[in-house]
Amino acid sequence: MDFTFTEDQLAFREAISRFLMTEAPPELLRDIWDTEEGRSPELRAKISEQGLTALSVPEAQGGLGMGDITWALLTQELGYYAIPDSLADTAFVATGLLSALPEGTRMREELLSRIAEGSVRIAVGHSVNPLVADVHLADVVLQEHQGEVHALCRDNIGFERNPSIDSSRRLSRISFEPSDATRLVGSEQGRAVWAQTLNRGALAVAGQSLGLAQRMLDLSVDYVTQRKQFGKPIGSFQAVKHKLADVASKIEFAKPVLYHAAHALAHGDAQANLNVSHAKLACCEAAWLAARNGIQVHGAMGYTWEVDLQMFMKRAWALDSAWGDRAFHNSRVAETLLADTAQIGPSFTFGALQND
Amino acid sequence: MQLTYTDKQNAFRAELREWLKANLPTKPLASYDTREGFEEHRAWERKLYDSRWSMVMWPEHLGGRGCDLIEWLIFEEEYYAANAPMRVNQNGQLLLGPTLIEFGTEEQKQHFLPRIASSEDMWAQAWSEPNAGSDMAAIRSKAIRDGDHYVVSGQKTWSTRASFADWTFGLFRSDPDSQRHHGLSYLMVPLDSPGVTIRPIKALNGKDAFAEIFFDEVRVPVAHRLGAEGQGWNVAMATAGFERGLLLRSPARFQQTAKRLIELYKANPQVAERDPGLRDAVIESWMGAQAYAQSAYHTVGLVQKGAKIGAESSINKIIWSELDLKMHETAMRILGARGELRSTAPEAVANGSWLEGFLFAQAGPIYAGTNEIQRNIIAERMLGLPKA
Repeated sequence: MDFTFTEDQLAFREAISRFLMTEAPPELLRDIWDTEEGRSPELRAKISEQGLTALSVPEAQGGLGMGDITWALLTQELGYYAIPDSLADTAFVATGLLSALPEGTRMREELLSRIAEGSVRIAVGHSVNPLVADVHLADVVLQEHQGEVHALCRDNIGFERNPSIDSSRRLSRISFEPSDATRLVGSEQGRAVWAQTLNRGALAVAGQSLGLAQRMLDLSVDYVTQRKQFGKPIGSFQAVKHKLADVASKIEFAKPVLYHAAHALAHGDAQANLNVSHAKLACCEAAWLAARNGIQVHGAMGYTWEVDLQMFMKRAWALDSAWGDRAFHNSRVAETLLADTAQIGPSFTFGALQND
Repeated sequence: MQLTYTDKQNAFRAELREWLKANLPTKPLASYDTREGFEEHRAWERKLYDSRWSMVMWPEHLGGRGCDLIEWLIFEEEYYAANAPMRVNQNGQLLLGPTLIEFGTEEQKQHFLPRIASSEDMWAQAWSEPNAGSDMAAIRSKAIRDGDHYVVSGQKTWSTRASFADWTFGLFRSDPDSQRHHGLSYLMVPLDSPGVTIRPIKALNGKDAFAEIFFDEVRVPVAHRLGAEGQGWNVAMATAGFERGLLLRSPARFQQTAKRLIELYKANPQVAERDPGLRDAVIESWMGAQAYAQSAYHTVGLVQKGAKIGAESSINKIIWSELDLKMHETAMRILGARGELRSTAPEAVANGSWLEGFLFAQAGPIYAGTNEIQRNIIAERMLGLPKA
């Protein structure tokens, strides 16, 4: 029993954090917001060069074969630096989906190799998300259709853009004609793959939300330490302190929930749906509280376009319903817990565990 | 990350589960806030001790099993899953015990620790005073040195179950000219000493759950001082954080309440139908308790790798106390008009235990350092915000 990360995992996270801190400052995010495509080819090139797209590609296709547990740390960094959707969607969610397809499935190896070298952008369409992120730039859309997995190329699809309050999020309504030519696997194999992909998508959002929460907390701590009223930093007042202490508490208690969910997904636990939904709810709740209390302690500045807080706040608000809204995840939790077969109580923290 | 238990841990769990099954009291003990219940709980503690279950983390020569923190979590899980009696001597076992182990002389350790483990001595705390609550450094009770004794005078309050306990431990001002947290000494005082008067305070449940302790020139041997003279504050604080945060109220207790709450909800489908919002309140309770448990395993893992736990304990305290309140509020909501019924009411649900828990939950955000103080600690020590 060791519910902690290895030194290597932590060092890796640290390295990614340092890279993103340098390469994705808030000014760059503001520039990206203003572009037509909503993406920076320069940032993308650096990310590929750094090998970030190859992280979870299997070693056979030139990647590092990194799993969900390490991603639970990395997605927090993607959130902290508000990296737009395409990276997590391609390098984590789509890669997981492709890897889960049977070896030899058409396009599987080719796409995985191209993800590893950073030469392909993949969007993922699932019925839980009414709109699909980054369709306008995607080379391939992996699309769910009645449990089947379809690979759609640009000339198979039509799309209509739906701008989001988070300008780094580029959503589209997609239309397509499924056919034998686009189908990678049928529903028999596809349903399990999609169930896992949905959980992975939710986990990617959970991790990013937690990172966003931490960023908003850090920005708020900086602000209340500098801003003075009544001759003192406002951060010395209890009413302000307690709001931020509440955010810190929510973040700290969401982390282990995220980590357990990642472990459950990686190991195909029977209760993975429960753990992932719990993580999604806990992390998004932390992010919303960080936004609410963050804007409050920023005072009127928090309501402006000018202060960086807004970019992280809007992303947190937007991601809350991505890969399953609250109703979806609450219902999944309730279904499991209220079932007569539910394994709950003090000796089931990690589900029904086997001996070593 | 490796989330399975070892064979040894599974065997430990199985042994404990068997023992509890064979030894649990056949009927619930009386409330430990009464003299009768207090003694029943003492007898139960003795039974635990005789089979080396009372202080599993203590070494074998002190009556324990030398368990690590994971085994301690397992112990708590099984203990609460079995609905075993509340632990009546936590003050001695969780607060004083570890302090003795760290600061006690050999003689003190040999004398007191086994008696704490067996609950032969039951301990009450003597920290708060009428004018020193959250501001504990404002302590005024004096301990004036007179040869090999201290002469203790003053008043302590909110001392849990002091009406029934044998000993008390706490901080007293041994340097009359000192200020704040300087000049305090940590003393252990027998409650039957001449000059000690105990006045019970009735709690919300109508029982003598706590008391005021008056000291009128009580002579306390210097040998009953823990740590150096004038160093009492540091002695008291050294072990406060971790115990307060995690050990005092382990996640298992709340996981068991969440489980009972789910059962209560399922047993009352007509209420659930009239109040659809209940479902979310119920599942949020489980999620809160589950998060606390996951957090405990994470923290224990970090501690076993050598990490020090600081202000994080304050988060634990806030989380469990607010969770407990929320769970009992939800239970009251489900019980509706039956919620107010006392244990003696023929129509009370579950012997009025939800009401009893609801009343006690009101105290959670106040005792062991109010949640406002905990939030200050988090803001100042974790987030680095400036002091007022």
